[in-house]
Amino acid sequence: MSSTATGELRPNPIIGMLEWFGDLGSFVWSVLRAAVTPPFQVAEFVRQLDEIGAKSFPLVALAGSAIGVVLALEAHSSLVRFGAKSLLPATVVFSIVTEMGPIITGLIVSGRVGAGIGAELAAMKVTEQIDAIEASAVDPEKLLAATRICACIISLPLLTLAASFFGVLFGWVATAFLEPITLVRFVSDGFKGASFKDFLPPTFKTCVYGMIIGTVASYQGMRAKGGAIGVGSAATTSVVLSSLFVILADVILVKVILLLFP
Amino acid sequence: MMPVSQEPKPADNKSTESGEPAIDIQQVTKSFGPQKVLDGVSFQVRRGETLAVLGRSGTGKSVLLRIIIGLQVPDSGAAMILGKNMATASAAEINEVRTQMGFLFQHAALYDSLTVEENVAFPLVHHRKDMLDSERRDRVNDLLKEVGLEGHSNKMPADISGGMQKRVGLARALVLGPSILLLDEPTAGLDPISSGEIDELVLKLQREHQLASIVVTHDMVSAKTIATRIALMDKGKVVIEGSFDDLQKSDEPFVSQFLHRDF
Repeated sequence: MSSTATGELRPNPIIGMLEWFGDLGSFVWSVLRAAVTPPFQVAEFVRQLDEIGAKSFPLVALAGSAIGVVLALEAHSSLVRFGAKSLLPATVVFSIVTEMGPIITGLIVSGRVGAGIGAELAAMKVTEQIDAIEASAVDPEKLLAATRICACIISLPLLTLAASFFGVLFGWVATAFLEPITLVRFVSDGFKGASFKDFLPPTFKTCVYGMIIGTVASYQGMRAKGGAIGVGSAATTSVVLSSLFVILADVILVKVILLLFP
Repeated sequence: MMPVSQEPKPADNKSTESGEPAIDIQQVTKSFGPQKVLDGVSFQVRRGETLAVLGRSGTGKSVLLRIIIGLQVPDSGAAMILGKNMATASAAEINEVRTQMGFLFQHAALYDSLTVEENVAFPLVHHRKDMLDSERRDRVNDLLKEVGLEGHSNKMPADISGGMQKRVGLARALVLGPSILLLDEPTAGLDPISSGEIDELVLKLQREHQLASIVVTHDMVSAKTIATRIALMDKGKVVIEGSFDDLQKSDEPFVSQFLHRDF
């Protein structure tokens, strides 16, 4: 630690960051052990599937639709310039299914679910509800964190499929306004030459996004301190950190997928 | 690590049946950074007894309760609860003891996403899976009736008053039929009438269930009403422990100042 002009100790940010990662690692290990040992909190897990998965569907579908429209309009403009507008369906479909769908889903869910989990658990922490759960001889990491993380891991690929579906659908709608084309023709041309390895790995990489979002948000929430300020801080940092880590994970996973599925 | 000289006295799981204290705090110390909040605290509580722990804010009273329930670990000493040392027991042993304790938090700490009924039923849902839904509902309704909240089972915690939240918290603390009850400032923030009602409720529950209870409070009137013994803490130590009459007879300056400030 260094000292300020008044002699107060200023925390070292590098040490602080290392401590954060260390504590996060300890939290992950603890939650993992809780998740695989009975009793299992099935009712809470199902409730979280609804909160995280079902209730994120409208937002993800809307985002996917918007991305489909934007992609179709931008791609059309570029492809016409290079005399390759016949490649428009494939460009839209492959872009959405392999990358845009997963990353947009990850970022949307980071915002909605990350903030929600972070704020909810932080509010429970500062009002001693988590202590009350522990005092009732129930493992709060099993009940609160493991269920949310598992729900995120399951929900993200399903939400990604939804985002990709609406992205392709509205990509067709936008394309049809520019160059009349039937949906069947659009999808047929879009998926021509595609195989399972083109869309299964990118879809399932979102399981990693789900794990990141659930873990970071649960950790930030359950470590919150300081009343309303702590709750706000937990919500904000949950969104910022999970979004950042989702993007970093995407960079790594794209390379891994290309290596494993050339 | 506890010094060998402070090894806990041996106790067995049937401590309450054999007359051994349900709660046996032995030379517990606890510091947070440079601040020592508990400094060699020792006392015992048997079934049927209620110990009121009083003292100024920041004297470690709530920390003591948190050590007893196992939410914090003392730096040294032993917290023998029903024969188990909460400072060194395994997680499974601590949880087993916790099912025999009820804890009322200062602000009730009700789960705000659950109804009153679901809050009270929470320990039953997790620890009494053998119970039918109807049995669980009956048990919850009986307890809500006992604490004077019949008819409020479908309300959310945000929809009821602070006093009612404390009653729900009390019902939740009792739902598993514990032998130990810990109350953290049960009358804090309540008006005198509500405080009196809580005191009467605690007395009634004590008479009926013969609990070993610890009440942390600033409220001398409440302490005098419900406690069989009072422990007055200052600077992390128990300055005096005894009946209210013992406190009045004490010539300790702090005791006199504490009593006269309140009276």
